[in-house]
Amino acid sequence: MRALFLALLLRDLRLAARRRLDAMLPLVFFVVAVSLFPLGVGPETQTLRQIAPGVVWVCALLATMLSVQQVYAGDQADGSLEQLLLAPQPAIVVAAAKSLAHWLVNGAPLVLAAPVVGLLFDLSPAALGALVISLLLGTPVLSLLGGLGAALTLGLRSAGMLLILIVLPLTMPVLIFGAGAVVAVEAGQSPAGHYSLLGALLIATLIGAPLATAAALRISTE
Amino acid sequence: MTDGLRFFTFAAPSRFYALTGLLTPWLWLLAIGLAAAGLWIGFFVAPTDATQGDAYRIIFIHVPAAWMSMLLYLVMAFWAAVGWAFKARLASMLARAIAPTGAMFTVLALWSGALWGRPTWGTWWVWDARLTSELILLFLYLGYIALAEAIDDTRRADQASALLAVVGAINVPIIYFSVRWWNTLHQGATISLTAAPKMASTMLTAMLLMTFACWAYAFAVAFTRTRALILERERDTAWVRELAATAPGTRGA
Repeated sequence: MRALFLALLLRDLRLAARRRLDAMLPLVFFVVAVSLFPLGVGPETQTLRQIAPGVVWVCALLATMLSVQQVYAGDQADGSLEQLLLAPQPAIVVAAAKSLAHWLVNGAPLVLAAPVVGLLFDLSPAALGALVISLLLGTPVLSLLGGLGAALTLGLRSAGMLLILIVLPLTMPVLIFGAGAVVAVEAGQSPAGHYSLLGALLIATLIGAPLATAAALRISTE
Repeated sequence: MTDGLRFFTFAAPSRFYALTGLLTPWLWLLAIGLAAAGLWIGFFVAPTDATQGDAYRIIFIHVPAAWMSMLLYLVMAFWAAVGWAFKARLASMLARAIAPTGAMFTVLALWSGALWGRPTWGTWWVWDARLTSELILLFLYLGYIALAEAIDDTRRADQASALLAVVGAINVPIIYFSVRWWNTLHQGATISLTAAPKMASTMLTAMLLMTFACWAYAFAVAFTRTRALILERERDTAWVRELAATAPGTRGA
């Protein structure tokens, strides 16, 4: 099981390394989308500081939703997904490895870029720290839930929009607590409660999402 | 099938079709009767509220709709899961049939809440925890319906949407208890089984009558929709062909 997990993970990372532009696109989308908000809202520093946590979090959410559509699409197109599901190892391993690879390629860069993006909104160093921690805890949840959506909508005509419609309601708690942590720090309160709830969501999703994704993959490839 | 009624007797689409054919007119009658009684008590018997004036009367549709919206999601998820786990065709059809009614009640709860909020809170909408979670519930319904409709293969559609409904159902308790997590504008639940009701008994009677009316309506609509789904999916079976051949108004086979 571990061998399959590692092999899949390394394969996906290698694939991403050989198609660097594809791997960069979600990050570019994230930065561009975040930069649009000051242009739309206006350059007042106070307002920008107020909306920054929500804006950064929503853009990270959307960037993840756009990138997650490709998690299983390529493997399904060349038939390797069916072979993977025929393997004696449980499909959970496939789901877990795919989601981890997706997070490392698409989620982690968002976490790293968040402080730089936060500077555009004049966030304080403490708030930047909270932004990074909340994204660190929250973006894996997005990758896991997105993987479930990708498995459910595999090969459908309007898979992209459908995936977003399905997954976004499920991600709202993450958004609330993630952005809430940064808001709490800005207001001079402790973000510990938000971190705890984000951590709880991460643990629950880590346990539940690969199971559900495995079931969804079986349904979709039957 | 000579040994009378068993637990799964009506899991056969043909028998379910016959049974609901008998029940549905009575359910419609019940829904209309209860709604008429509930509305009459609600509008003419129940006293005017001391603080909210007559605006409060919208609860006679708002509260039952909100209850139904949450309950129907769980019922839908339950039947979807049964259909998925036991490969029961009828259960899957029932789940698909309940979804639009649930979404309708969610819209009704949101819309009537907005109409009530305008004179009482002075705003159509607030980003209160309970309102927000009701809105999320609507999105869950829409996601379920969209996924089920987007997949052409019936079997995959049923199973995939069942999985989504179960995942969403895990969120419904969070939705319901969110009002306790975030203490916000929406008034807490006034009705509980353990405490004495804090509203006049005529108001309660009207609300309960309306709730039962909504139940009867939900059953009637869900059954009618299931019957249509049965005819559609079982169109190649002998009994449906027979039915189509003998039904009045059709040209026959």
